[in-house]
Amino acid sequence: MQPRDWPAEIHKELAAAGVRLVGYVPDAGHKRLIELCQADKKMRAAVLTTEEEGIGLATGAWLGGEKSVLLMQSSGVGNVINAIGMMKECRIPLVSLVTMRGQQGEFNPWQVAMGQATRAVLEAMGTIVHSADSAEDIAPTVNAALRLAYNSYVSVAVLISQRVIGIKTFQEQSEK
Amino acid sequence: MTPTLHRREVVESLLSKRKDLLVVAGLGSTAWDITAAGDTPLNFPMWGAMGQAAMLGLGLALAQPKRRVLVITGDGEMLMGLGSLATIGVQQPKNLSVVVIDNGRYGETGMQATHTASGIDLAAAALACKFPFSETIFEKSGIEKLRGAIHGQPGPNFAAVKVVAEKLPLVLPPREGALLKARFRRALLGDSADSL
Repeated sequence: MQPRDWPAEIHKELAAAGVRLVGYVPDAGHKRLIELCQADKKMRAAVLTTEEEGIGLATGAWLGGEKSVLLMQSSGVGNVINAIGMMKECRIPLVSLVTMRGQQGEFNPWQVAMGQATRAVLEAMGTIVHSADSAEDIAPTVNAALRLAYNSYVSVAVLISQRVIGIKTFQEQSEK
Repeated sequence: MTPTLHRREVVESLLSKRKDLLVVAGLGSTAWDITAAGDTPLNFPMWGAMGQAAMLGLGLALAQPKRRVLVITGDGEMLMGLGSLATIGVQQPKNLSVVVIDNGRYGETGMQATHTASGIDLAAAALACKFPFSETIFEKSGIEKLRGAIHGQPGPNFAAVKVVAEKLPLVLPPREGALLKARFRRALLGDSADSL
């Protein structure tokens, strides 16, 4: 059986919701989605030097009437903590799609502390957290996150489980 | 060179006859400066998220390519988001200008020296990040030229305006973030802002 093309399903959801701006710090788990967004003429994919920049970018875009999404790895969640408080204070809608590390079968011990703290940190800062633990869960969860964020002016993160991404060794990661 | 320009006069000149300019100010003194020049819904003064002013300007400039966008921020705030100059350099928004009111001090916390006080050159960093226009300004004549760049010159434009380190009376904008956002969006987008 072909593996489910969940990145293409996410892209379809983003396009249907009218997302035009995609801020990202690359992650192996988001490789295909980033490529799909770059290839989409209606979207602008903006590479960031740090995930924190994505918070300012999304806020400015919303002030200008545009929907955006932020792609990052769980380690990046640690880089946005103070800035993401702005979403709560200003009631800015934000959808963050977070590929998880430091979970099941992690090979890099330096990923574990942040990976295990990701949900708690986001929730402590007022972001609503959805998780998607299987490939077929991802698109409906992203759809729900987009609706919740843009109908209710809140920050919502979707954590895409390491069980789905399934990186287990440095070798496998480099071949992705 | 010892700075002689005064920040409130510089900001007032930059914002005079501003037409439909959209203005973002970094937290602290520059938020008070733009408010002293006249509070309006098309100002977005930040009270937090230090380091994000230039990125907020980028998001706004990309969403509103037909409008001119000006970020006015302090040297300490810009230094915290130095990477955003690289990110803006990649995107090359023609309608964005970033102006740093550079007094070489962290003004809100006791006037401690920032990196620029040791000669760290923000305008050179912006040039290295592919801003087609980037200058350090010491003189009044430079402010008029900068005003022209902000309103019409294809950007991204950058300037570090060297100003006297001085403590000034606070002129505070509204504090509530949700209010600042809502008034800005309504003024920019009209009634449709509420149903987007």
